[in-house]
Amino acid sequence: MSQLVITDLHASVITDAGEREILRGVTLTLDSGRTHAIMGPNGSGKSTLAYVIAGHPKYVVTSGSITLDGADVLAMSVDERAKAGLFLAMQYPVEVPGVSVSNFLRTSVTAVQGEAPKLRTWVKDMKSAMAELQMDPAFAERSVNEGFSGGEKKRHEILQLGLLAPKFAILDETDSGLDVDALRIVSEGVNRYREATDGGVLLITHYTRILRYIHPDVVHVFVGGRIVETGGPELADVLEAEGYDRYVTASA
Amino acid sequence: MTSPTAELAPPLDLAPRVRSLDPADFSLPTGREEEWRFTPSDAFTQFMEIVPGAGYVTATGPALVVPIGEISSTWLPIDRPSAVSRAHVSHAVVLDIPADHESTEPIHLRLFATAAVSYEHLEIRFGRFCKATVVIEQPVDAAICGAIVVTVGDGAQATIVNVADSERTQETMLAWHADLGRDSVFHGTQVSLGGSRLRILPSVAYRGPGGNAQLLGVFLADDGQFMEHRLLVEHDQPHCTSNVVYKGAISGDKSHTVWVGDVLVRREAIGIDTYEINRNLLLTDGARADSVPNLELETGDIASAGHASATGRFDDDQLFYLQARGIDEETARQLVVRGFFADIVSRIPDIEWQADIMGRIGTRLGVPAEIAGIDD
Ligand SMILES: Nc1ncnc2c1ncn2[C@@H]1O[C@H](COP(=O)(O)OP(=O)(O)O)[C@@H](O)[C@H]1O
Ligand SMILES: [Mg+2]
Repeated sequence: MSQLVITDLHASVITDAGEREILRGVTLTLDSGRTHAIMGPNGSGKSTLAYVIAGHPKYVVTSGSITLDGADVLAMSVDERAKAGLFLAMQYPVEVPGVSVSNFLRTSVTAVQGEAPKLRTWVKDMKSAMAELQMDPAFAERSVNEGFSGGEKKRHEILQLGLLAPKFAILDETDSGLDVDALRIVSEGVNRYREATDGGVLLITHYTRILRYIHPDVVHVFVGGRIVETGGPELADVLEAEGYDRYVTASA
Repeated sequence: MTSPTAELAPPLDLAPRVRSLDPADFSLPTGREEEWRFTPSDAFTQFMEIVPGAGYVTATGPALVVPIGEISSTWLPIDRPSAVSRAHVSHAVVLDIPADHESTEPIHLRLFATAAVSYEHLEIRFGRFCKATVVIEQPVDAAICGAIVVTVGDGAQATIVNVADSERTQETMLAWHADLGRDSVFHGTQVSLGGSRLRILPSVAYRGPGGNAQLLGVFLADDGQFMEHRLLVEHDQPHCTSNVVYKGAISGDKSHTVWVGDVLVRREAIGIDTYEINRNLLLTDGARADSVPNLELETGDIASAGHASATGRFDDDQLFYLQARGIDEETARQLVVRGFFADIVSRIPDIEWQADIMGRIGTRLGVPAEIAGIDD
């Protein structure tokens, strides 16, 4: 049983024009086995929250804390956070030319697990994980994310989620840009991860449709860099019907 | 990019003005000449005059070593060092690949120097319609100055990989010229890793229509190394192709690389297709990369012509992505650099040599053995 605790987190983005505060006091506790949806309008800071948890160098935390089972996440380097059990499926996965998916995955799994997986079982595990996501085995030989379609990039993120089996997964708009089939395949991948590991999921999304496949325990409304309302799954239905207008006006 | 007509005039004339066997026909560089302006003034001075007791470059493998008087090369030196070398080299290494010969295994030419400063003259002749790959390993423990002269017969498919990976105290200066027959394909890959200072001058000329030259290169400079690559592709035959792709990674204080790509398209060269690009990755502050692509068109009646140059730093997002998957920063950097070179190395038509060169690059970057090879 693990716990990710975010307390009164303030963070800014570093731009050429200086620092700009984006996160304005985020407080959230996520337990193993639980799924929290974070829903909010574009530009509200959802990706910023995801990046700050993962440790992207473009953002600075100005106050507040993040702990994982009591350990100070903000004191960890990016790779230490991954080794500690945090995983971020990115909204825009990065292309890394010349690094093959298979080499990348093996290097990553080796780093996170602390030892190289046995070659035999590894190849089998990778192939079956790819098959579950209906990814062509040829992807293993391609450069990481290079020339992948939007849907292929998202499947690749979920492939990594399954292989790395983190304690907590932050999924940043994994649903956006997916057609219905791909959405179902990706959602099933997330659900398999939840069942296999009892991991916690922070499901960042703009739309409610992914919640038909991945059922959240808690729904947060995220506006203006913080959580403005928290409720059960029924809150998503309210958002579906009414949109974010009410919150955006209130916070402005 | 198809070049705008503005590039038609004024003619720059990028071709070397002087070609001669006589060193005296080339004045000593002052540093103001276009072709010497990036080169440190104290570099390569040993190659400007005859060195008493200089040796020559010899080879193991299937090549013959013959007295220089016995070869019938028509190649003319292009600068003072290549003229000094040509005037004083006593022996040539000659490799003849017979017409119609097809070899699947690469021919490995390992070169050795007979003295601390040695002149090199290497002649490689690909017979008509042959298909072969030659991998040249330059001497490691001597200062080398000279030329590689390649003749590609009509319809031949010729690949040369030239590996310069000498001790870090040695200077290397090599002109390598390929003369392409009708409808021939030439892949010339330069791998520049070692040495203190290195100046490589690849050039291509076409003897008939339909020739296809692919000039590829990787260079990795650190720890104060100076590496200069100057290419000249002269199109004076119709319907030929040239494609130049050089990639460099530069790190460490005072490390400096220079890449100059001159592509000259003469009036006769109708319907040609040419592209050249140099990409550099600066790995640390203080490293310097100069990159100058030149394209001179005397005719607009071509299929396509383009050039590009890009020098950048590490992509923070690439590093972040790898690190977010648990990969430590050092390993992430190595993966990105190896990936940067991989598309060129993977075009070498032999898996073992691909692995060898990727391994050398990995070793230079300090990559652990288990991931040093090329991606599998
Ligand atoms: N790298 C950046 N440079 C400048 N502004 C940024 C950067 N990253 C985020 N922002 C700004 O921060 C705000 C929140 O962005 P983001 O976290 O991407 O929101 P969301 O994911 O909710 O759409 C936006 O106004 C956005 O323009
Ligand atoms: Mg976002």
